[in-house]
Amino acid sequence: MLSNLGNIFVIIALLISFILIFFSLREFKTNNNLIPGKIFKFSLIQLFFSISSFVILLIAYIFSDFSLVNVFENSHTNKPLFYKISGTWGNHEGSLLLWINILVLFSTLFLFINKNRDKNFKILTLLFQNILIVIFLIFLLINSNPFSKLFPIPLEGLGLNPILQDPALAIHPPLLYVGFVGSSIYFSAALAALISKIDSRSLAISIKPWVLVSWFFQTVGILVGSIWAYYELGWGGYWFWDPVENSSLMPWFVMTALLHSILVLERRIGLYSWVIVLSILTFTMSVTGTFLVRSGILNSVHTFASDPSRGLFILSFLMVMIFYSIFIFFKYAPKENKQFRMFSKESFIIANNWFMIFFLAVVLIGTLYPVFLDTITGSKISVGPPYYNLILAPFLIPLLFLMTSGPNYKWISSEVKSFFNLVLVVSVTLFLITFFLIQENSFLLNLILFFSIYLVTQTLFDLYESLKRRNINISRIISHLGFGLLIFFIYVNHIFSIENNFNLKLGETKKTTHHIIKFDNLEEQSVKNYKSIVGHFSISDLKTLKSKELKPEIRVYDKPITITYEASIKSNLFSDTYLTMSNISDTDIFNIKFQVKPFMNFIWISVLLLSLGGILNFFNREKNEKN
Amino acid sequence: MKKIKYILISILFSFLFIILYLSLDNEKIYNTQDLIGKKISEVEINLFQSNRTINTKELTNNEFTVLNFWASWCGPCRDEHPNLVRLSKIKNLKLIGINFKDNKDNAKTFLKENGNPFDLLAEDKDGKNSINFGVYGIPETILIDSELRILKKYIGPLNIKEVNEIRKIVKK
Repeated sequence: MLSNLGNIFVIIALLISFILIFFSLREFKTNNNLIPGKIFKFSLIQLFFSISSFVILLIAYIFSDFSLVNVFENSHTNKPLFYKISGTWGNHEGSLLLWINILVLFSTLFLFINKNRDKNFKILTLLFQNILIVIFLIFLLINSNPFSKLFPIPLEGLGLNPILQDPALAIHPPLLYVGFVGSSIYFSAALAALISKIDSRSLAISIKPWVLVSWFFQTVGILVGSIWAYYELGWGGYWFWDPVENSSLMPWFVMTALLHSILVLERRIGLYSWVIVLSILTFTMSVTGTFLVRSGILNSVHTFASDPSRGLFILSFLMVMIFYSIFIFFKYAPKENKQFRMFSKESFIIANNWFMIFFLAVVLIGTLYPVFLDTITGSKISVGPPYYNLILAPFLIPLLFLMTSGPNYKWISSEVKSFFNLVLVVSVTLFLITFFLIQENSFLLNLILFFSIYLVTQTLFDLYESLKRRNINISRIISHLGFGLLIFFIYVNHIFSIENNFNLKLGETKKTTHHIIKFDNLEEQSVKNYKSIVGHFSISDLKTLKSKELKPEIRVYDKPITITYEASIKSNLFSDTYLTMSNISDTDIFNIKFQVKPFMNFIWISVLLLSLGGILNFFNREKNEKN
Repeated sequence: MKKIKYILISILFSFLFIILYLSLDNEKIYNTQDLIGKKISEVEINLFQSNRTINTKELTNNEFTVLNFWASWCGPCRDEHPNLVRLSKIKNLKLIGINFKDNKDNAKTFLKENGNPFDLLAEDKDGKNSINFGVYGIPETILIDSELRILKKYIGPLNIKEVNEIRKIVKK
């Protein structure tokens, strides 16, 4: 029953998309200045059916309706309700439906709340958006239908992959999807702007909120994914340059570039074509990310069960999309001849953009090169952290410097400012203190630390200045502060992290340079959907003589049978103590991974600050637009 | 000019499409079994106890050599260790242990506790040398002949069946 209803709703949503495409094309040719009411009505109906189809899938998951193949493959009656719900998007088919829902939701919202009066621009955005919706709905129906039926109906489902049964991971995909799919709106709007020839300020105002929202969700999505990796994967790291992590980072670079370019566009100083290129590139990167994750061409903790036909569909769509976007761009892009003054705010923003594009290129090459090499020569290589650290780290220095100086330059000016000021003195002093505390010898690391301190100090000075003048650009200040702190804490964390690997038997004690680790007890527990072996470890710090107890777990999930290793993390404000254990088969020996990771909470908070700045800009938008 | 631009872009995207299309059918699991029959590459490996290095070319002096990649932190390595001790008793076979991404003291304690079956002990502190042997995880064991050709490759801990297999090959 639910299966039929779901299919019917999806088909209705598809038909309405065709109707909207038809109306949009017809409206585009008329001289009427108003968008007819029926387009609004049809958009709402489309949204209703699209959301309803998702709700039906959700109900099927909550009530464990195994007549749906998708529910049978990814759920189980014993699963806690929370994970039954998150299971809806924990698989390819369900998450694609969620993808489409966000696409439809954004398309409708754009139509209703966009303030731009240009009818053709709105109609064309709706047209492109509906073309995307049609393509993804057809993909859903013929290749990845979450409503496919199963007969005879099984009594039990196969269960959700246990490593996905985690609160952070339950919300990680929807957050990223809002970021990914949110970029579709400015992709469509950019193409529409080219054809309808709207002016730069209208374009900037139309797409800015969407860029901010998608950037915010993308940032928070990446953060939550990172936190999940830290807690769940049990390696003690939070970023692995895994190809799939990279595919969420690539659109983030472009979004960040776009976010800054729009500021220039808003003031009619230029970059019209560049903003269009970035808008197209962001969505292209989002679809590329989707392709990489879902086609299965990458080997990663994230990959969905692979299916080459699925990959072929997304790949073909991606290529056609890029091809048509380039075609429209070349056909309609206006010629621009803007000269920027060297020491003006806009040239700093352009420099920021080039850095972002450089970072994008580095990550894109690192992600795709192994795939290309394997296909062309058959040899397998893995590109890992050393490559990224080697290439990206030195470029953080000029980027941090630009972020420090740029915001204090004026628009369309070429006034050179002196760098020798109080901020520099304070920064150097703070750096020297840090240097004596850390005593790190690497020149590059010290430079990065200095420039991150410089950025943080400058931003705090800016905050003080703007509070005094009551002219606060709080969003920029918070974001840049967050970024400066992030880089600082990432490197301090890197320098001070301790890692020990060793084997222990129950009752044994291990002494490391700074700690004594005692394996006190082992206990078996039985929870609703898994059994677990809990180890009790007491950790004494040799310096402070304080002791704490850590309880790592080995969980054995029954549906499907999977073993996961749960890290035990004791976290205080400044430092995390991290312990995982794994058993060695047929022995009573356990392999212990013990880590001390300083400032982890500060890393998370820095990213939160960074994203908070973005969302504050969203709410301050109206005020800024009037200025 | 515009035509050339379109042609160039079309060629670029056709290339991208073809490569990504072909990669859809690639074997995703990293399989090093296809290295069997190939010669191992010539590399310098650091010795464990001294600052000397050894070139893989020197292994041509041995009739058969087993290269075993292990670490003290690796649970399965502990599992397979008795089997390595069994291998060490075969006469025309030299055993080389390559200690992988390990702490020296831990490695020494490991050998003290479990016995040292290796004729020669080398180390690969950052795991870079092991890449030359197609090793991406440990334990892994490679059997080579005097021409440095890979005869067998065992991914994961050696079991008794595999020890007997090696024994058979060496005795031929």
